[in-house]
Amino acid sequence: MKITLSWLRDHLETEADLPTIVARLTMLGHEVDGIDDPAARLAPFTVAHVVSAVQHPNADRLRVCVVDTGAERVQVVCGAPNARAGMKGVFARAGTVIPRTGLLLKAGQIRGEASNGMLCSAYEMGLSDDHEGIIDLPADAPVGEPFARVMGLDDPVLDVKITPNRADCLGIRGLARDLAAAGVGRLKPRDPVTVPAVFDSPIGVGLELPADAAAACPLYAGRYIRGVRNGPSPEWLQRRLLAVGLRPISALVDITNFFTLDVARPLHVFDADAVAGDIVVRLCQPGESLQALNGKVYELDGEMTAIADADGVVGLGGVIGGESTGCTADTVNVFVESALFDPVRTASTGRKLSLQTDARYRFERGVDPASAVAGIEAATRMIIELCGGEASAVVVAGAEPAHRRSIRLSDSRVATLGGLPVPPEEARGILEALGATVHRAADAMEVEIPSWRADIEGEADLVEEVLRVHGYDAIPVVPLPREHAVTRPALSPSQRRVGHARRALAARGLVEAVTFSFMPGTDAVHFGAVQDALRLVNPISSDLDVMRPSVLPNLIAAAGRNAARGFPDGALFEIGPQYADDTPEGQSLVAAGIRSGQAGPRSWAGPARPVDAFDAKADALAALAGLGGPVDNLQTTVDAPAWYHPGRSGVLRLGTVALARFGELHPAVLQAMAVKGPMVGFEVLVDAVPLPRGKGGHARPALVLSPFQPVTRDFAFLVDEAVAAEAVTRAVKAAERKLLAGVRVFDVYRGPGVAEGRKSIAIEVTLQPATATLTEEQIDAIAGRIVAQVAKATGGVLRS
Amino acid sequence: MTELEPLRDRLMLAVADAGDLDALEAVRLAALGRKGEITERMKTLGSLAPDARRLAGQQFNALKDEVSAALEARRGQLQTDALQRRLAADRIDVTLPPRPEGEGRVHPISQTIDELTAIFADMGFTVAEGPHIEEDFYNFTALNIPPEHPARQEHDTFYLPPRADGTRLVLRTHTSPVQIRTMMRDKPPIRIIVPGRTFRCDDDATHSPMFHQVEGLVVDRTSHMGHLKGCLIEFCRAFFDIDDLPVRFRPSYFPFTEPSAEVDIGCSREGGQLKIGHGADWLEILGCGMVHPKVLANAGVDPTEYQGFAFGMGIERIAMLKYGIPDLRTFYESDLRWLRHYGFVPLDVPTLSGGLSR
Repeated sequence: MKITLSWLRDHLETEADLPTIVARLTMLGHEVDGIDDPAARLAPFTVAHVVSAVQHPNADRLRVCVVDTGAERVQVVCGAPNARAGMKGVFARAGTVIPRTGLLLKAGQIRGEASNGMLCSAYEMGLSDDHEGIIDLPADAPVGEPFARVMGLDDPVLDVKITPNRADCLGIRGLARDLAAAGVGRLKPRDPVTVPAVFDSPIGVGLELPADAAAACPLYAGRYIRGVRNGPSPEWLQRRLLAVGLRPISALVDITNFFTLDVARPLHVFDADAVAGDIVVRLCQPGESLQALNGKVYELDGEMTAIADADGVVGLGGVIGGESTGCTADTVNVFVESALFDPVRTASTGRKLSLQTDARYRFERGVDPASAVAGIEAATRMIIELCGGEASAVVVAGAEPAHRRSIRLSDSRVATLGGLPVPPEEARGILEALGATVHRAADAMEVEIPSWRADIEGEADLVEEVLRVHGYDAIPVVPLPREHAVTRPALSPSQRRVGHARRALAARGLVEAVTFSFMPGTDAVHFGAVQDALRLVNPISSDLDVMRPSVLPNLIAAAGRNAARGFPDGALFEIGPQYADDTPEGQSLVAAGIRSGQAGPRSWAGPARPVDAFDAKADALAALAGLGGPVDNLQTTVDAPAWYHPGRSGVLRLGTVALARFGELHPAVLQAMAVKGPMVGFEVLVDAVPLPRGKGGHARPALVLSPFQPVTRDFAFLVDEAVAAEAVTRAVKAAERKLLAGVRVFDVYRGPGVAEGRKSIAIEVTLQPATATLTEEQIDAIAGRIVAQVAKATGGVLRS
Repeated sequence: MTELEPLRDRLMLAVADAGDLDALEAVRLAALGRKGEITERMKTLGSLAPDARRLAGQQFNALKDEVSAALEARRGQLQTDALQRRLAADRIDVTLPPRPEGEGRVHPISQTIDELTAIFADMGFTVAEGPHIEEDFYNFTALNIPPEHPARQEHDTFYLPPRADGTRLVLRTHTSPVQIRTMMRDKPPIRIIVPGRTFRCDDDATHSPMFHQVEGLVVDRTSHMGHLKGCLIEFCRAFFDIDDLPVRFRPSYFPFTEPSAEVDIGCSREGGQLKIGHGADWLEILGCGMVHPKVLANAGVDPTEYQGFAFGMGIERIAMLKYGIPDLRTFYESDLRWLRHYGFVPLDVPTLSGGLSR
């Protein structure tokens, strides 16, 4: 909310300067977002006396003026037709920056005559669009004084952020009261006004609200003022409204805006001659509409509060008035409205209509319930002062809702909750300065809350009031007591392992990305069915409209963008959520990654190679290892989801539970996403990976080192093309459980010497004897079992 | 002795002349082998008288030792020469680059979460988590933000479709719902932080529809605003690594705290350059306050018995300030150049003992 310093001083008697007021407002919780101080902006411009003005010898349209600045006489060449000897003008010396143009004014010669400054127009000063001539100041303007001060243009404008709880501070008086409580001056008293009634209002008011909507408007007050002259409001009022960003309209309307800003009391004025019959407050009927004061037509529904006359809706309670009954220059009889409207209904009406007004802003935050009649009296006085006329009696429907309440503040509570022992007498003084009435009890205060502070609901609110006004700075800093001398882990084992997986993947060369939890629905369909429950009702854009069913698509799209920037080879990963449904259980954590293009750059040591499924498998296994997963006991199955290449992808399972999937991404998916391959990816389903069972303690099993050398034997088996390498190694493990220390595939061969449809799988088997060196006979026996088991399990035969 | 002199000279010459190890071996065999000259000559000693035999034996043994030593010396010399020749031929261009290895990065958001976790862990906090798709109750109502409350409008909420019973889920607009979930699950004392994803229906130069917050919650019988100040001042100074960083608590309003405050840190904007630390200006970085009694009650905690404080801040925001990252939206663009520049090497694990940041 914008306020001017002079407006604030209407309410606050203070010696404090602007910086002090700004600092105090901020530390009271009213953050000052911006300060526009025209006095500072216009400081270089001073009042000057034009001593002489003669025709320029070399230019018809120019004059050579000698100007008395109060300090010296300066020659200025001026092109304004109204420049003349004896006038008072606004002078800027050479070296000044002209506000309108931002240009630096330089001393120089104009057509051979020296010019060492400028006589300014209102246009150049940025004060108006009028550039017909220079500013012509009154004859008594004191020479040498700052122009802004002389002309009353030096009123600083403060942009204050009012928090949603402080409806009272949406009027300048509220801010003044806070400042006064904090010791920045004295709140000027405002005695209640009463304008005597001269006649009875010819327009009556009534509430016709259903019982369940009675709160929509508990009180409606109106007053008829006859014989007014509406026209432009006086300059002081126009200037104030302009300064805070409001356009002056007419005296009657400007007066309502004045009270909205001055005391947060929204008012409305009807042209009484345009109102048919009495005014009633009722709910709108579906199908009704209102041509509002802003020129727009609004379709109304049965939840909105109508201000209606005999002909229909003439205003939306708490939001906006209607055009048909609005005041015009011709208005002679005016009906003033001052009412109370329900915050919730006002907010929802405004939101449904996308209509923000100063009235709505205040009513939805809560207008002082005791202000309706006082507001109408103050407004009446100003209308009669500025527009003439005479007032009727006030007509009122409904009653002031109950708002009086008393809250107990225990003497110790400011210290126990706020950490600062403010003496009870000081606390009392603060609360009274804020408008409360305080009664002492034994060890507490009973605080009667002022009508304008609906936000104060309990003891904690009173603690805040006392601390806020006393100053948060005074609260002593106390370290949080340590529960343990030595820090305990903040992370659970399941949280900690995620960090390990993250750094393991980064160590493998993948770059971590963080992508949105939502994605385009058109792409999501390639990554499993997306439930309707996961489609956002109000997406930020149509390509961020569903909760992602997988982390991969956003990474694939990112790789596409990187390729478009000239970086087609990349490895990205993300550890983040995927969403299967809208329940908490439907959200699961996934470590996913992609590699695209070449697995690494070309090198003198070897050629570059395109990424393949085994890069992704290695990534998946590294992530699983980082998670502490049982990487040695996994099986690979070939049933990866549809977004993978059906023949070049797999699933890593523990028993039947899928822990991860990996492989080349399906070319059709890449094509649909307009991303070029080759690209491989993996997804490790973090939540599916079992946590190692902590059986107390961190001791590892005893290390038993054999004194006997391990023995290595190579085998090559001829198997059908369809036989998986893992089937062979599994058979080896089954053949010899005791001495087998390792089995590793080191070659797969197809070609001459191997029949069509077959392949040769070469494995290296390591045996580790424990009690004695293995004899050739023992080794042969084991080899025999291995060959037999492989033959049984896979049909493979030893290649000779 | 004199009669052995020529033999000695000849053999020593042959040793010296041997050009390679094979030639040297031939000399050895010719001198000391089974049929070697010295061996053959020593066989004749048996025919001499005992005294002469002893004398001649000594002479032959001396000759044998001398030749053996010469052979050994020459062998060592030849081996060294051979190695030198081989090494001279075995040159590589060591200015070539090593074989390429990929080098990854950890995202600044992850790193920042690790950093702040390390700090809050030292103050006794543990890390809590909660769902992103949240019920209205946890995201708003329990946090004292009733429907139509102006604060609710400011949240720019993403909605999911209404369910059959008319309720509708939202994407959590802050991490605060985890306060409620934690209080409903655990008994005080509670000290948690909640780093995580949050969502607001807002997208411009300084807003992103998804961003990260970290929430903090302390509930016990005695924690007051002095502790709140102590906790957050320690955090700000540790995180920004400035021991005397000015920290200011300014009254503010949040529906879920009372009293409430916003926290500013000192900064300077001289020359258009933002610098955290001592300076003429303040920069808002987080919101906090004492947990509102209604919030405690809504979560099943008796507000006449327990109290505490809560705070929340934007993770990207503090990362941007600490690491000089100019644009919020770049965090989610996954631009490899950005990630390499602002990301962290994997072994750069923040700890309090080793320092949070290099």
